[in-house]
Amino acid sequence: MAVDALDLPVAADAAALSSARAFWSAFRENRGGVIGLVVVAAIVLLAILADVVAPYPPNEQFRDAVRAAPVWAEGGSWRFILGTDGLGRDMLSRLIHGARVSLFIGLAVMSVSFVLGVVIGLAAAFFRDVVDVVVSRLMDLIMAVPGLVLAILVVAVLGPSLANTIVAVTIVSLPHYVRLVRGSALNELTKEYVIAAKVAGVGPVRLMLSTVLPNCLAPLIVQAALGVSSAILDAAALGFLGLGAQPPLAEWGTMLADSREFIRSNPWLVTLPGLAILITVVSINLLGDGLRDALDPKMRRS
Amino acid sequence: MFKYFLKRIALTVPTFVALMFITFAAIRLVPGDPVEVRVGERGISPERLAYFRHELGLDQPVWKQFLDYMWQLLHGDFGTSFVTNQKVLTEFLALFPATLELGLCAMLFAALIGVPAGALAAVKRGSWYDQALMALSVTGYSMPIFWWGLLLIMVVSEGWGLTPVSGRIDLIRYYFEPVTGFMLIDALLSDQKAAFLDALHHLVLPAIVLGTIPLAVIARMTRSSMLEVLNEDYVRTARAKGLPPSQVIGVHALRNALVPVVTVIGLQVGTLMAGAVLTETIFSWPGVGKWLIESIGRRDYPSLQGGVMLISTLIILVNLGVDVLYGIINPRIRHGG
Repeated sequence: MAVDALDLPVAADAAALSSARAFWSAFRENRGGVIGLVVVAAIVLLAILADVVAPYPPNEQFRDAVRAAPVWAEGGSWRFILGTDGLGRDMLSRLIHGARVSLFIGLAVMSVSFVLGVVIGLAAAFFRDVVDVVVSRLMDLIMAVPGLVLAILVVAVLGPSLANTIVAVTIVSLPHYVRLVRGSALNELTKEYVIAAKVAGVGPVRLMLSTVLPNCLAPLIVQAALGVSSAILDAAALGFLGLGAQPPLAEWGTMLADSREFIRSNPWLVTLPGLAILITVVSINLLGDGLRDALDPKMRRS
Repeated sequence: MFKYFLKRIALTVPTFVALMFITFAAIRLVPGDPVEVRVGERGISPERLAYFRHELGLDQPVWKQFLDYMWQLLHGDFGTSFVTNQKVLTEFLALFPATLELGLCAMLFAALIGVPAGALAAVKRGSWYDQALMALSVTGYSMPIFWWGLLLIMVVSEGWGLTPVSGRIDLIRYYFEPVTGFMLIDALLSDQKAAFLDALHHLVLPAIVLGTIPLAVIARMTRSSMLEVLNEDYVRTARAKGLPPSQVIGVHALRNALVPVVTVIGLQVGTLMAGAVLTETIFSWPGVGKWLIESIGRRDYPSLQGGVMLISTLIILVNLGVDVLYGIINPRIRHGG
């Protein structure tokens, strides 16, 4: 008994370490995944250090330099590297602070849907019968309404704001997590190690959380990564339609909508926020694809 | 087989009931009294208010209101717009052909380019072409299409002057009888070549924008499905028999690889509707997506409610159709499920 208690953690640590190493060496092979990881890390760093890195506060207006050109364009200067917007606010600073807003939305949506998805999905898989039917039908329903249309309905009802954007996008993304957890948990529940744990007298909560859940994690982590990027995209679309984060908050989609009228005169005002969204979403998706290839050899793209 | 279809159809009934409940509840949750929203800020006498409330059935208990709402929906009554006083269904049906035309052209664009591009990538696996296509595909399905649309307007319409910025056709120059509601077909029917070309010019950019995400998904899907098929025994047999590679790939491999791709195309309808909302807003395309967004701006809740109901119904029916079709093509599904 005493030997067991001493040995187990060490063995578990060693196993965890070697599987982490195996994961990393598999992940490293995927060039796209590594590029994605580096860019995502850079964006995260920018978002965290926004107050230090950004040359100006995001909402400070320079009345003497409204719609100033970026440095490479005619009439541009190093004072505003990426120019200023229609209210004379520094684009670079707003873009950097926008990273903070977008990543916050993406992470908030992902964490809430992740936790709810695990709880609801496991409950459906474990209790079956009525719970399963209700959960499955409800998720089918949410998926029957096109994501953005449902999000629009929710925001139209609750009113446009950053918080309601998060609520709306979470509702839309929840079914993906629930279905995934439910599906893999159902699959795991038929396996012998689970039956063995049951026979050994493991209680239902512990069975689901510490026996079954860890074995469902690989696809769930991939879903979480891809979920962040689609949440960012949906939130930006809501912002663009005027139904998301409200001005003066520096949100990329809202910035894009604000600068639509300058599409002829100041094209970079439209180009830059969209480019920021695209780069962020592409790099998160590359990272997600890399994670999938490394975590789940079965799903590996041939 | 018949039993499978019945079961599949029966499963959509609770989804419909829940959909009705959600659209019903959503409108109840809107802050403010629907009647006050309707009469606006002018103010109204208490008697008139009571009359309107009675007219709209708002003096009934909530469960009765819900049953009434269901009853109306089942009779094809999707409410009446606050703003235009027209039936929501009438407005929807008038605008829907524009969305359908845009969606079909977007899907055609996506499939016509995505399938050959993906198949070629599978055949030339690992080549620079394959890698470039996969990089493009990630960019495509990560695309914020509202920005992509603005970018294309900026470059193609404003910069090169090649296409118009908005709308479906030059309304001042061309007129013809709306027969099908599809501009392209109606223009052809009216025998005005210039009108057809003008409609086509209007359609190109929105269709490309809306088709971008499906294109990326289809190309990727075709590639991976094709890679799987190329390893199958029957492809090896066809090769061993000495058939020319073009025939092996075109006939034996591609045809089988397309089964999952067709399913994916069917399931893209939801994505397409969501994309249509953004695309139509950017290009002022007079379809149901733009109308839905405008009804929010006008606080026209019955239109929003009816619109979401109609769009979702459409998608549930399309998904049902895809499932049934899939059951016909693939007997394993209907016996297994």
